Amino acid sequence: MRPEIAWAEAMKFENRHDPYRFFDELRKTPVARVADDIYVVTGYWELLALAHDPRVSSDISRSPLQAKRAAAQEPPPEAEHLTAYGRQPSMIMSDPPYHDRARRQAMRQFGPPHSPDLIPSMEPGIERLCNELLGKAAGKTRIDIVDEYGYRVPVTVICKILGVPLEDEKAFHAWIFDFMAGLDLGPEAATEEGKVRAAKGRESTAALTEYLRGLIDGYVRKPGEGLLSRLVNDDGPDGPMAPPEAAANALLLLIAGHDSTVNTISHCVLTLLRNPGSVELLRRRPGLIPRAIEEVLRLQSAVQFFPSRSATADIEVGGTVIPEGSAIFLMYGAANRDPGRFPDPGRFDPERRANEHFGWGSGIHTCFGGPLARLEVNVALEVFLQRVENPRLVVDPPPYRRNQIFRGPQHLFIDYDRIREHS
Amino acid sequence: MRAELIADVVAEFKAYGRIVIVGASLAGLRAAETLRDEGFTGPLTIIGDEKQEPYDRPPLSKQVLKGLARADHTLLPRMRKVDADWRLGVAATGLDRRVKQVRLADGEQVPFDRLLIATGTRSRPWFNPQEAALEGVFTLRTADDAGRLRAALAAGPGRVLIVGAGFIGSEMASVCRELGLAVTVAERAEGPLVGALGGVIGDIAAEMQRDHGVDLRTGVSVEALEGDAQGHVRRARLSDGTTLDVDVVVASLGSIRNTEWLEGAGLASGRWGVACDAGCRVFDINGVVTDSIFVAGDIARAPHVLYDYQFLVQEHWDNADVGGRVAAHNMVSLEPQRRPHLPLPAFWSGQFGVNIKGVGVGPFADEIVITQGSVTDRRFAAAYGRNGRIVAAVTFNHGKWLEYYGALIERSAPFPPPPPGYDHPDGMQPMPARFPTPGAPTGWPDVVLTGHDPTERGAEYEYRTKKR
Amino acid sequence: MRMVVDLNRCQGYAQCVPLAPEVLHLHGEEALMYDPNPDDSLRQHVLRAAASCPVQAIVVDRLDEIGKSS
Ligand SMILES: Cc1cc2nc3c(=O)[nH]c(=O)nc-3n(C[C@H](O)[C@H](O)[C@H](O)COP(=O)(O)OP(=O)(O)OC[C@H]3O[C@@H](n4cnc5c(N)ncnc54)[C@H](O)[C@@H]3O)c2cc1C
Ligand code: HEM
Ligand code: SF4
Repeated sequence: MRPEIAWAEAMKFENRHDPYRFFDELRKTPVARVADDIYVVTGYWELLALAHDPRVSSDISRSPLQAKRAAAQEPPPEAEHLTAYGRQPSMIMSDPPYHDRARRQAMRQFGPPHSPDLIPSMEPGIERLCNELLGKAAGKTRIDIVDEYGYRVPVTVICKILGVPLEDEKAFHAWIFDFMAGLDLGPEAATEEGKVRAAKGRESTAALTEYLRGLIDGYVRKPGEGLLSRLVNDDGPDGPMAPPEAAANALLLLIAGHDSTVNTISHCVLTLLRNPGSVELLRRRPGLIPRAIEEVLRLQSAVQFFPSRSATADIEVGGTVIPEGSAIFLMYGAANRDPGRFPDPGRFDPERRANEHFGWGSGIHTCFGGPLARLEVNVALEVFLQRVENPRLVVDPPPYRRNQIFRGPQHLFIDYDRIREHS
Repeated sequence: MRAELIADVVAEFKAYGRIVIVGASLAGLRAAETLRDEGFTGPLTIIGDEKQEPYDRPPLSKQVLKGLARADHTLLPRMRKVDADWRLGVAATGLDRRVKQVRLADGEQVPFDRLLIATGTRSRPWFNPQEAALEGVFTLRTADDAGRLRAALAAGPGRVLIVGAGFIGSEMASVCRELGLAVTVAERAEGPLVGALGGVIGDIAAEMQRDHGVDLRTGVSVEALEGDAQGHVRRARLSDGTTLDVDVVVASLGSIRNTEWLEGAGLASGRWGVACDAGCRVFDINGVVTDSIFVAGDIARAPHVLYDYQFLVQEHWDNADVGGRVAAHNMVSLEPQRRPHLPLPAFWSGQFGVNIKGVGVGPFADEIVITQGSVTDRRFAAAYGRNGRIVAAVTFNHGKWLEYYGALIERSAPFPPPPPGYDHPDGMQPMPARFPTPGAPTGWPDVVLTGHDPTERGAEYEYRTKKR
Repeated sequence: MRMVVDLNRCQGYAQCVPLAPEVLHLHGEEALMYDPNPDDSLRQHVLRAAASCPVQAIVVDRLDEIGKSS
């Protein structure tokens, strides 16, 4: 199969539940050209090298996708929405020193060394919420893990941390849904329906950006609770973050701050139920839960890739020269199943040794919120394992959402015998 | 030998062979675990002169001195059961290769079929024994050392003097400042860390120390220590004629390799360590490789393919961690299953809130170039080169980039490396790295060649201790 | 329990720190400090932290599997 065909297949909606067959095809050329100026990296070692190569830029304004977008009357599909995260670049789409400074400013309000207690302090609340949600499922025998369990926890937590009112959740949930559905890097983007989705996505993204700007402007005028307010009012060594930049990062933090966590919780449940004996194994040895979660992320990376990168020079890697100016997609989900790095890569093995997967990225853009997400997934899974008796999948594969980057089930129905009392 | 026969020999050795490990620290422990992992079920004896179970040393100059962890709370994690005969608190005092026995301080002889030497190093003591015996004078290598020094620092001394600004000395100075103690660092070279990282980086390290309130004195040595009537150190005399009032003195003068117990064993051992091939097999004094004696960790000196096959000692943690494993593997394997131990040398050091990390061998280089970040902010990466090849790299709070340079060094890529796409200093000009000239040859030879007839020609070790 | 962090591998991502805040600390922006022998009651936290490290630099004993004496 030619790389461009394998790539198009992997991006097609009908293959969302299993793009891995096509990734295996693609990996026959670990660094493959799939369009004039797009190189897709599916080999583990090649990806590792590029993720740490200072000649690879994440600055979206240097990406040919962005240039195309600016030049074309009708933006080509792969350029859609890349900058919709905000006119100002957020940290994920920028390079040092700008990136490092923005990340430091945000981290100051979020984690160590300046705010070491914030994330740990969330644990009791997360546990309470998980138990409440399962409590609601007590009288029934079927639950949608996405809508009725996985989603509620991270969205509640990130609102609290950022200082985004939870009352606004209905509104931004719908905007984010459109944003996700409209951001399409596959062949379907060019269809009429695809264009409609893209237009809707653009509108909703604009609305969401507007909403966050308003929120931040409010915090500039009157400081309040939460990370966003502290970000624009900080007097730390790097000073306060300028409001437009804070808005761009707020959008990133709000979306990245819950969506992938939901997908990971769903994939954890899905993977355990697909592999007989694993629920029992983790109940018997809860010490394995954290490793099982990482193994799920390896297999079902919630962020499959992030299409911001490009080459600032000709870069030789894996026998290919990526020409200066090309876009580079680091395919985390594909490299995570490279048999040259992970023996028996398709197998779920919670005891896998040296599981250095790319589910959280690699290099300086490694996930900012990883510790929070892990805490949420750990607690959600622990509570699920303690309380849900005899869980079974209702449909396999479950229906998936459209988005290729942020990949996860739309719904995940499971049946169970009963919900145990909360101990 | 036919393949089955070789397999039989290996299986037999794994079942009945006797293995002795001397040195019960990082290298020794990891070797023991690997032996069992690889199916060695024969008798295993581990001899260590310290009483403690194997513990980790890097925390001693950091967490422990700072008071975040107790000195006796750095025991190393165990990867598996090793089922060994642990002989802790007793030193090995001799090796007889003819009868394959290790002699212990308590007189016992322990026989072996294969031996691993992992006796590491100890601190170089203060040169004057009377002064070294003063109360308040310390060195730091063991958990006991750390416990005593921590107690002295916690007592709130008036001024601490650290002699020697290598990594450990600098880390101690950093901890002293964090504890709010007045501290002077005296260093003979032009700046801190100069031996390992050269003068360019040394200048930056010096600035860091001074910014944090360290009284740093470079280009001076401490000539004498004076005590009070109670035998407690109170004063230090420096080579520039100044004196200092001090309550605690830490001599951080580098290390001495624990090879004395091997005297007379006919191995290529001495103050340079124990020489071995890249598969951890020890050379005898003539440079002929032995088949039953292996070495790992701080004490091993092995040729490195990346550095013109020069013999290198690597007194770094990962060299002991990985070296112990490779040595063990090779002890229970025959060719072609044996593996080389060819790590890219690597180190880290936390001081003054900055994470300093390095790969490669800095002193091999003559040039350096700052490649990424900002020196003023103390967030940067730098590469070292020699003859147009990159041979080492160092980062200050830029550790996420180090891996990139490691890969360049492994490939002996051109120096200076290609300019990064962003955040690099203007021009990226290589400059002299300013390493001190390597030490002049010692005044007396350690090894002499003897014999005229080719059959009796051989090397002989001239023991310095005996000569003096 | 016993643990060690291979600080050569560690790239200072600090992914681990918030998962075992009793045991792991950042010293400055990227230097990790930790208690090598934390209390057994913190085991689940330490296991979370160990699993989280992208370069698998945190090594935890297997004393729960192998027993204390060896
Ligand atoms: C304070 C301090 C801080 C450090 N910080 C860092 C750091 O930040 N980064 C880094 O990479 N490295 C660091 N190191 C170095 C690291 O600890 C060593 O590389 C490592 O301990 C080497 O392990 P080893 O097993 O080879 O030797 P050692 O740990 O020296 O162990 C040798 C053992 O053998 C014993 N022994 C010696 N002679 C005999 C005998 N005749 N009979 C029986 N037993 C004997 C010794 O008592 C000792 O227990 C530091 C070291 C110290 C002391
Ligand atoms: C299981 C859940 C999550 C997964 C799988 C995940 C995955 C990732 C990945 C792969 C990247 C790297 C993107 C790149 O290549 O540039 C990333 C970056 C990022 N993530 Fe996450 N993430 C998760 C949860 C979170 C949470 C909860 C937050 C916020 C609290 C968050 C905030 C960020 C930010 C801000 C970045 C950009 C970092 C930078 O550019 O320096 N993520 N994430
Ligand atoms: S997660 Fe790993 S790399 Fe990051 S600070 Fe912790 S130990 Fe170091």
